[in-house]
Amino acid sequence: MADITLDGIGHAYGGAPRSEADYALKPIHHVWESGKAYALLGPSGCGKTTLLNIISGLVIPSHGRLLFGDRDVTRLPTEQRNIAQVFQFPVIYDTMTVAENLAFPLKNRGMARPQIEKRVGEIAAMLDLVPDLGRRARGLTADAKQKISLGRGLVRSDVSAVLFDEPLTVIDPALKWELRSKLKAVHRALDLLMIYVTHDQVEALTFADKVVVMNDGRAVQIGTPTELFERPEHTFVGYFIGSPGMNLLRGEVSGAEARVDGHVLPLGAAYPNLAGGASVKLGIRPDYATLTQGEGLPVTVTRIDDLGRKLLAHVSLGGAGAQSLVASVPRGMGVDLGPARLRLDPAKTHVYHDERRVEGRSLTAGRAA
Amino acid sequence: MDTRAFANRAWLFVVPVMIVVLFSSLTPMMTVVNYSFQDTMGQNNFFWNGVGWFQNLLDPTTAVGQRFQGSLLRNLLFSAVVLAIEVPLGIAVSLCIPKSGWRVGAALVLIALPLLIPYNVVGVIWQLFSRTDIGLLGVGLTAAGVPFNVTQDAASAWFVIIVMDVWHWTSMLALLCYAGLKAIPDAYYQAARIDGANRWSVFRNIELPKLRKVLVIGMLLRFMGSFMIYTEPFTVTGGGPGEATSFLSIDLVKMALGQVDLGNAAAYSLVYNLITLTVCWVFFTYTTHADQKDAA
Amino acid sequence: MSSSSVLSAPLGAASAAAAPTARRPSGTTVGIALYVLFLFVPIYWLVNVSFKTNTDILSGLSLWPQHPTLDNYRRIFVDPEWHASFVNSILYVGINTIVSVAVALPAAYAFSRYRFVGDKPLFFWLLSNLMAPPAVYAMPFFNLYSATGLFDSIWAVALAHCLFNVPLAVWILEGFISGVPREIDETAAIDGYSFPRFFVKIFLPLIANGIGVAAFFCFMFSWVEQLLATTLTTVDAKPIAGMMSRAYSAAGLDWGLLAAAGVLTMIPGAIVIWFVRNHIAKGFALGRV
Repeated sequence: MADITLDGIGHAYGGAPRSEADYALKPIHHVWESGKAYALLGPSGCGKTTLLNIISGLVIPSHGRLLFGDRDVTRLPTEQRNIAQVFQFPVIYDTMTVAENLAFPLKNRGMARPQIEKRVGEIAAMLDLVPDLGRRARGLTADAKQKISLGRGLVRSDVSAVLFDEPLTVIDPALKWELRSKLKAVHRALDLLMIYVTHDQVEALTFADKVVVMNDGRAVQIGTPTELFERPEHTFVGYFIGSPGMNLLRGEVSGAEARVDGHVLPLGAAYPNLAGGASVKLGIRPDYATLTQGEGLPVTVTRIDDLGRKLLAHVSLGGAGAQSLVASVPRGMGVDLGPARLRLDPAKTHVYHDERRVEGRSLTAGRAA
Repeated sequence: MDTRAFANRAWLFVVPVMIVVLFSSLTPMMTVVNYSFQDTMGQNNFFWNGVGWFQNLLDPTTAVGQRFQGSLLRNLLFSAVVLAIEVPLGIAVSLCIPKSGWRVGAALVLIALPLLIPYNVVGVIWQLFSRTDIGLLGVGLTAAGVPFNVTQDAASAWFVIIVMDVWHWTSMLALLCYAGLKAIPDAYYQAARIDGANRWSVFRNIELPKLRKVLVIGMLLRFMGSFMIYTEPFTVTGGGPGEATSFLSIDLVKMALGQVDLGNAAAYSLVYNLITLTVCWVFFTYTTHADQKDAA
Repeated sequence: MSSSSVLSAPLGAASAAAAPTARRPSGTTVGIALYVLFLFVPIYWLVNVSFKTNTDILSGLSLWPQHPTLDNYRRIFVDPEWHASFVNSILYVGINTIVSVAVALPAAYAFSRYRFVGDKPLFFWLLSNLMAPPAVYAMPFFNLYSATGLFDSIWAVALAHCLFNVPLAVWILEGFISGVPREIDETAAIDGYSFPRFFVKIFLPLIANGIGVAAFFCFMFSWVEQLLATTLTTVDAKPIAGMMSRAYSAAGLDWGLLAAAGVLTMIPGAIVIWFVRNHIAKGFALGRV
């Protein structure tokens, strides 16, 4: 068990990339710490599966080095890396029983029979597969099959990491939750490095200690779920994480104030590093943009979405051509289409220049009220 | 309810097929059935003969019965031998077909060619190839000291006919299996690598199980094909030497069109057809059963 | 359905080619090369003989023509009877292919989409015709077509070949049609398409591959079948095989002519394969993998 280090790992299919756009995965430095659970989150085609396949050895990267501990495994074939991988669709060996399926990776590595049986028993117990051990794997349901794939990944005790490539795609929504908690439990019990690829933010945020958000072949932010939510480093993260995503408003910043569609908004920090009147984006999550009955920006409510647990209002900042955003409606407050007042929490309003978050210089606490 | 409503329309869709196939199948079959229960003294005077022809045919002590039994056993042996060679060879060839690049298309075109050669030309090719005076194979074997003569020696005749069938039809199994292999998702191969499986294990545990369906189809087609084979061996050996390569179809055509022994030939046809039908039925129930089991 | 499907092509290539050892590709290449050699040596021998004079052929074995000649081919090209036989063969194969696919299409749709009284026995009965030995039908066909005046016409052969090609086409098309989601039919109905319009405008393009495959197999089995084709014709509709059998009689065997005719019969097949080369693999799965 060791850390896995990506040392400038990048990949371009078909060899030499001529420009940044040719990379399926742009060079990245990162250390996956042993014993942690990571999620690789991003939309389809963002390079997350490429990264996963580089770690497992199914793809040899065109650039950089991959280290397991101190060992350079960049060019080592899959079977010589201690890696387990679970795929999107359940991969089971049709002709074998469940027990034989689970034993297969151990048998191939020449483990002694009693040890295999012991280990298979442990894993089957962990995944509730014990009653099915003697059955043929072919006739089982999709989620049972995926549990077998999972079990084959977990059965080897010597693995450096277990990789998951959207493993819950084919699972019934009702069973997804159960399997995911099973995974978390397994992670806690086995203390393995797990990397979980998904495009589903709920899966990523509930499973992982740390989430790597990827877009367009680039890792745009690596952080805990809270960090991703509270301080998205990139507009993409703000927009991709959260439902609905972060509001992004075009505007200008000078000092500790922003100008959006003629309104002046106070900010939680000063931005002396941005030239006065610099064109930026302001990001604020709908949770921190609330309609109020008191003071606030004059806005127009154009649509109300009742999500059951909460009410969301789509509001426009002014007349025609003005930007709009999504705001939350406090519990118990009546709201109608038409004029309303909006309060944006300055401490939670982030400033993005060139799509990246700009760190401001903090003000005194009093200003934020 | 709605399935019932749809039923009327569905039958309408089937009508054209019914007309065409009834005309080319049922009408001729009626003639055969008719002949099989009647006898004639010539002059188109037929009289009822009951199951006489069938008793004759199925009794191995009669001349016809002996002929039928001989042809049936020869034919079953032939089918068994060609299946035993073509199935493993077809699988092996399918595994050798390139996976990408221009070579895929080239290999597939070359492999498929024997399938589109008219049966009598297949016979001509092998007749020519195996002749001991002008054929490469015949001359070569003779030069190597192997006693080889298709028209005189039964073993030589069988050898050529079997090699010819392998030459002619292995490609079909190879192409079927290739299609089956293509349908296996990459994840299976990747998982096998991660599980540390060797090449044999990948074949045994992934490829072969996934080929089960196409192999069943391929084996059925090959069994039927070899069980009703006529033109190719007839061109090469004419059923000889003696009766050595006289398979069911060859024997039947000789009886029906050569000797115009209508009653015996009709009974022969019906029993022959019944055997193929039984095999077909077993296959049909097996596959529908397997499909249901897979769906469950 | 995510990035893995996008990446599967290059991945597949990499994993398949580089899988166990570096030696494997050459092993398979040798295997396929040996098999292709096995297929082509006898064919080469036919081609070789077709370019020889009959004296050359009978004067002993030579691996290539000592006095290459096109004379055998010339004899075929100048003989109107040979022309007619090629035209006959192509005509009955063409008619059979069109008729088989045309009548099979609606039936395959019905078997794929509906359950109706007697559907299973009917399907089995159809398939059973695919499995019927042509030899069984040779005699009754002879009688039937003599009685209906179809004997010795290309229609006799075209119809006789329907016996196995129609069931085959139904079976292949049923497989492909079942691969098209039923929702498409329903959506079209909701969008106000009449059934015939839906079938022609929307459905046929969707199963174009299947139609191609079915047509390919009908062509193939009609082109190669010779027992019925020669039994049901004498003079007017004589197919190539009928002409070729003439080379056997007369004064010994006219090997040069026979070989040249044989080579010519391989050309249509080769052309058809060339056109469908990118679909062969899928086609041979008959829509059932």
